[in-house]
Amino acid sequence: MTQMNMLQAINNALDTAMAADERVLCFGEDVGVFGGVFRATSNLQQKYGKARCFNTPLVEQGIIGFANGLAAQGSVPVAEIQFADYIFPAFDQIVNESAKFRYRSGDLFNVGGLTIRAPYGGGIAGGLYHSQSPEAYFAHTPGLKIVVPRNPHQAKGLLLAAIHDLNPVLFFEPKRLYRASVGEVPDEEYRLPLGEAEVLKEGTDVTVLGWGAQMEVIEQAVDMAEKDGISCEVIDLRTILPWDVETVANSVFKTGRLVVTHEAPLTGGFAGEIAATIQERCFLYLESPIARVTGMDTPFPLVLEKEHLPNHLKVFEAIRSSVDF
Amino acid sequence: MTTTKSRVVYTPSFTDGAEFRIPTFKVLKQDGSLYKGAKAPALDKDKALRIYRTMVTTRILDERMLAAQRQGRLSFYMQCTGEEAAVIGSAAALDDADMIMAQYREQGALAYRGFTIDEFMNQLFGNELDYGKGRQMPVHYGSKKLNYMTISSPLATQIPQATGYAYGQKLAGDGHCTITYFGEGAASEGDFHAALNMAAVQRVPVIFLCRNNGYAISTPAAEQFAADGVAPRAYGYKMDVIRVDGNDVLAMYEATKAARSLAVEHNRPVLIEAMSYRLAAHSSSDDPSGYRSKDEEAVWREKDPILRMRLWLERKKWWSEDEEKQLQETMRREVLETMKRAQKRPPPPLETLVTDVYDEVPPALAEQYEKLKAHIRRYPDAYPKSAEHAKGGA
Ligand SMILES: Cc1ncc(C[n+]2csc(CCOP(=O)(O)OP(=O)(O)O)c2C)c(N)n1
Repeated sequence: MTQMNMLQAINNALDTAMAADERVLCFGEDVGVFGGVFRATSNLQQKYGKARCFNTPLVEQGIIGFANGLAAQGSVPVAEIQFADYIFPAFDQIVNESAKFRYRSGDLFNVGGLTIRAPYGGGIAGGLYHSQSPEAYFAHTPGLKIVVPRNPHQAKGLLLAAIHDLNPVLFFEPKRLYRASVGEVPDEEYRLPLGEAEVLKEGTDVTVLGWGAQMEVIEQAVDMAEKDGISCEVIDLRTILPWDVETVANSVFKTGRLVVTHEAPLTGGFAGEIAATIQERCFLYLESPIARVTGMDTPFPLVLEKEHLPNHLKVFEAIRSSVDF
Repeated sequence: MTTTKSRVVYTPSFTDGAEFRIPTFKVLKQDGSLYKGAKAPALDKDKALRIYRTMVTTRILDERMLAAQRQGRLSFYMQCTGEEAAVIGSAAALDDADMIMAQYREQGALAYRGFTIDEFMNQLFGNELDYGKGRQMPVHYGSKKLNYMTISSPLATQIPQATGYAYGQKLAGDGHCTITYFGEGAASEGDFHAALNMAAVQRVPVIFLCRNNGYAISTPAAEQFAADGVAPRAYGYKMDVIRVDGNDVLAMYEATKAARSLAVEHNRPVLIEAMSYRLAAHSSSDDPSGYRSKDEEAVWREKDPILRMRLWLERKKWWSEDEEKQLQETMRREVLETMKRAQKRPPPPLETLVTDVYDEVPPALAEQYEKLKAHIRRYPDAYPKSAEHAKGGA
């Protein structure tokens, strides 16, 4: 075990994967000698050479198109998109190509080896082009997996699982926690299951669900709620697609209430999908409407980002209204 | 139908991309004298001094604002140090009504058009007077009045937009063109290629100005492209192209003037590649010591474009030591005073969270806004910037 922040854990996961399998490659804008603008790929070029860890030209559609080809060939590319906000030039390659490679060829070809890493989310004074949480756009696309870690231990275990998974995986990293989240991380290789949510805390009155950086927010909100005598069950979804309906539904059967939170705007956000599915599964058990605490239906602001973000106070209020309904 | 009318050969005959080499246009030597055979552009004293003052102003603004960022007054900043001649020399060659669509490092072009230090500061601090209403990070300037399109962070998106804007200008027949600036890194994006191709096919009056400053964050040009820079790509699209010493303000001015005539008078899109160097860090969040040497930077510091122009002006007796001292002092003072003023101004009102998403606030968003206001009233201490507005707001 070593104390690491989330960036070090990601770096360590990449190092572990590259050491174990020479088919694993890392590339993207500035990932080479510089180690990426956040330093997630530090020292990898020095250690594994320029053929396996390199700077690409500044073209996201090129990065993912290249990665698709490479994965189809049997390599295991881990492509970095510098900010999730800049994944959209590669949208066509991800949504029309990565996601459908296996399906359209009857599994003659697939890009299962592909992993795409991108820092996402707000709270860093990044304004509208360095703060977005685009998971819902991709969640609408069958054929992809979408994973979001909440701390260093999760980051390493989930990233290694993503790299070894036989499907294309989008791995969204909460950049607000890159340095802020520190914890014990095993030195050896380990994988955490994709598609499984984790129950972080058991409770009886209300289920509070989120992912990534919102888990910290939930923790604070739940502390406040528990002081008011509300018993919360806390779940980290971890994988957005395919998501773990069983774990969430089982929790709601018990608590009868659900609060879902994410940073992305309300309308069309993934919380909507969760709410629809859970009300279908758990309708007769629900004691109150499923609450969504999200960003507003606006682009991400700069000066007023605090107002825009679903913080612990907003989540706390939703927990309380849900219980008081 | 194919438009290719090429010669036929009967053995495989390849053309190496390396054959496309484009010369560099220079006028001014570092000591302020002209190269043999070069001619200074027709620049009167007033205009020359306006260009020079803008270069100095931009440099001072950059130095001060980087220092302000280091002191924690400002969240972020980006300098254009080393590239003042490329940006300001080209902007000076345009008509004030021509549209400028920049990348983010072109504060010099905006300053040349008359954006005041106050206006710069309001954007940098995102206060209530910022035209962008505090929504974008620092340096994302825009001015309708000065025909300077508001900056968008996603790289290269403005390049095809420039082609479209200029096509509209051509249809309007108003005799104006659009210039778009971008880095050699951004020129790798698909948007760049789409923009040039469409401009050439439709014969659009647009000037594509690539600031080749050697680096895209940490990525050196050699890892950006294998060819001789960005300029040769114009051949593939059948477009006029010129490569210019980007630290030579006279060459930049002259080349852009000529490019503007081609664009406006003949509807020929033009690519200009300005060869320069990003003397500063990429941004205030970057540390160039991680990817390049001090020695390399020193070589380029010797080629300072501002000093080069100053020496030329002094040779012409248009500028003196005293005037330089005075300009430096007044600008430094003005920048500091304006900064203090801008910093004290309140943030934009809470309402700006929901306006301008559409022409009118849609019902669902209006509802979210009402909820937010009620929430802020409940926890005013948690939202100090907007609590005042929420209290007062109906
Ligand atoms: C589509 C997109 N991808 C990535 C980024 C992140 N980014 C911001 S600036 C930059 C480098 C740009 O280099 P260049 O175009 O050469 O301009 P310079 O900074 O050198 O002036 C990168 C990668 C972005 N803003 N947009």
